[in-house]
Amino acid sequence: MTAATARPRLQLLGITKRYPSVVANQDISLTVRPGEIHAVLGENGAGKSTLMKIIYGVTQPDAGEMLWEGRQVEIDSPATARRLGIGMVFQHFSLFETLTVTENVSLALDSPPPPAELAARIARISAQYGLPVDPHRLVHSMSVGERQRVEIVRCLLQQPRLLIMDEPTSVLTPQAVRTLFQTLRRLADEGCSILYISHKLDEIRDLCHTATVLRGGRVSGSALPQQESPESLARLMIGRELPVTKLPPRTPGAPLLEVSGLSLASTDPFGTTLKDISLSVRAGEIVGIAGVSGNGQKELLAALSGEQPLAAADTIRLCGTPAGRLGPAARRKLGLGFVPEERLGRGAVPELSLGLNTLLTGSGHGLVRHGLIDRAKVRDFARRVIERFQVKCGGERTPAGNLSGGNLQKFIVGRETLLAPKVMLVSQPTWGVDVGAAALIRDSLIELRNQGVAVLVISEELEELFMISDRLAVLAEGRLSPTVPTAATSVEQIGLWMSGAFGSEPVVPARAEVVHG
Amino acid sequence: MVRLEPRPEPSRRMMFASPLIAAALMVVTGYVMFALMGREPWQAFHVFFVQPLSSDYGIGEWLLKATPLMLCGVGLALGFRAKVWNIGAEGQLTVGAIVGGGVALYFHDVDAGWLLPLILLAGMLGGMAWAAIPAFLRTRFHTSEILVSLMLVYVAQLLLRYLVNGPWKDPAGFNFPQSVMFHDAALLPLLVDGLRVNIAFVIALALLAAAWVFAYRSFAGFRMQVSGLAPAAASYAGFGEKRNVWLALLISGATAGLAGVGEVAGPLGQLQPSASPGYGFAAIIVAFVGRLHPVGVLLASLLMSLLYLGGEAAQLELGLPSSVTGLFQGVLLFYLLAADLFIYFRFKPRASGAPQPSEAT
Repeated sequence: MTAATARPRLQLLGITKRYPSVVANQDISLTVRPGEIHAVLGENGAGKSTLMKIIYGVTQPDAGEMLWEGRQVEIDSPATARRLGIGMVFQHFSLFETLTVTENVSLALDSPPPPAELAARIARISAQYGLPVDPHRLVHSMSVGERQRVEIVRCLLQQPRLLIMDEPTSVLTPQAVRTLFQTLRRLADEGCSILYISHKLDEIRDLCHTATVLRGGRVSGSALPQQESPESLARLMIGRELPVTKLPPRTPGAPLLEVSGLSLASTDPFGTTLKDISLSVRAGEIVGIAGVSGNGQKELLAALSGEQPLAAADTIRLCGTPAGRLGPAARRKLGLGFVPEERLGRGAVPELSLGLNTLLTGSGHGLVRHGLIDRAKVRDFARRVIERFQVKCGGERTPAGNLSGGNLQKFIVGRETLLAPKVMLVSQPTWGVDVGAAALIRDSLIELRNQGVAVLVISEELEELFMISDRLAVLAEGRLSPTVPTAATSVEQIGLWMSGAFGSEPVVPARAEVVHG
Repeated sequence: MVRLEPRPEPSRRMMFASPLIAAALMVVTGYVMFALMGREPWQAFHVFFVQPLSSDYGIGEWLLKATPLMLCGVGLALGFRAKVWNIGAEGQLTVGAIVGGGVALYFHDVDAGWLLPLILLAGMLGGMAWAAIPAFLRTRFHTSEILVSLMLVYVAQLLLRYLVNGPWKDPAGFNFPQSVMFHDAALLPLLVDGLRVNIAFVIALALLAAAWVFAYRSFAGFRMQVSGLAPAAASYAGFGEKRNVWLALLISGATAGLAGVGEVAGPLGQLQPSASPGYGFAAIIVAFVGRLHPVGVLLASLLMSLLYLGGEAAQLELGLPSSVTGLFQGVLLFYLLAADLFIYFRFKPRASGAPQPSEAT
């Protein structure tokens, strides 16, 4: 860190932002110095995103002042922010898949130079910061990590003096995270300030110089992360001890979900073809499937949930019944519960109330009578979900779209859980979810397992899978590794398998036909 | 310079205000237009909007013309909620008139209580059959239901014209292109003697109520709504996309067909070369101005019906062309779409210093 005494790059004083139903930011002050990597830590709904949107000019505060290099500023749009020297890399990328890197970057610039010159500048920047990006490649052929590099390069082209990174590592492999951190440290050494939003305590301790912790829209404390323990940071963040997840030993019962020889060509030209996947999940166990997204996770889930029915009924058996050709509703009747990865728009309809959202999957459970919605039952059911899973919301009439990611995920997991499934399918259970909600969700999955439900979890977070899985497998390039007891494997082995190197099957031909990661 | 910014969430207030703003702007435009044409605007307005409703007969006509708009509009609204864009209600209306009228002609000498229900049913089935074509092509070949349903309008209209010029022409009709007049048993009973409004208006009101129950209380309506709002959620829930398309088109086809048979078995009393002055297209405006809600459809139908009457009156009294009606309808939709922008966007004040109060919507 350079010049702790220098004039602050950015200073927020008493920033307050009210929304109709909630105060997102209350009297927030923080200071970022040149060359400082400053963590903004907090649970979902703590106000991190709102604060970043204010800094980047996406939304305006109701009260408070912003000082940029000592001068008071009004940032009324992202364009203004960029002119000042503020860049932001969003959690969800905004790239056009069918365009090249250069074309994508060009679209984002206020006055783009000619393509050839821009391509040269992209190449120069990417070489300079160790962010290998080919300016002429089409975005759809790139892995998630590569796409993130494009976003970062796009920001760096504008020579920012403050870079905002919103949960940048949620999509990266451990390898890619290390590379990213090297780049960020390098930028900081050159004097660029970085605001790093995350809920991953280890990363913050590893990377950040200072941290401002938000809780309930207010600053609950600030810290020097390197001098804190994960426990003490968590306490600042959630106001209590870090919850501990325990997986008591349990002998599994009969297999409830059986997949044998599942091969499926992807309907999406940029998708992954599934190759001969076999798998069985028994009553009372959690099987975790690791792997980086884009390796067939989406396709496997669609095949298991019934959104992509199969040609042969026998390929998938649910509780002993051949289910390969059944659609989602029929599989649900056989006892399947499913928590999809996309919460808004798939797991829940943003515009509809939480009450009505229970009907998406709960219609078979007495919520509908004679074709009419039983509103009292729907209300009761939604209230039970909200209460049991501590969903923070204004009640069952709140539109699902108003909930924060973690709360909505609690609601969806709660809904599927209270529908009493025999087989539970969960994709990225805690993706972008804060520590408190993540612990609650994991505990509820373990609770299901203890009650004898067969649980299949697909996740990118290795740490999480090791925490809650009885057995583990890896999905890489559309193929599934052998399933091994969690106790008998290691992060290293799973990490190796994630690159596609496993088992007796020939690896080389499969790798050759898959272009993207 | 004025700039727009997205609202944090869609404004409910604006959603209801938008049709009113559009109607107000339509009146302003009408004022300017009448003035430019050298007519006294207030007198023209009086002729257009007040005079038609100043007699019992006028009110009867008002409700009569609102009926097919309500029927077509409510069916379209249910389909539009599910994002199925049936633009061909006019064609389904025409086929409803053909099939219902065909039954009336076939049983021309029958005088029995079952005839009228049979005719109405036939009209509905006719409309459904016509709407089934875009439904089949969309679900089977992914064709656009917008184009197919629209093109089928002209096919239906030509079919009707062929029938009244050929096989179904009244032999004693002095070669006029029209069928024989229907028997009384094939005609919809009048609500009030002396007025032309008939029982179809009551049926339309009942269907609006039924549509409300369907859309807001039934699980089937919920499924359609989810399909429209979030197709991925519908797929996740197992609400079939095909079922959604079929249901949306069949419902709107049925109501349009009923509107068509209601015309031939109502005010027309026979098959003529045209079954409607464009009710099926006007109903698209009705559905949107009515915010895809049954109560809104009722109000919008009454407004649009008044535009038809006003247009006729303006033609008679002021010597204005009948296209004034279409102009008003078009202007109304135009302003509605423009005003709808402000459901999702708002004016962004120039950055001048004071922080903005948050939008309380």
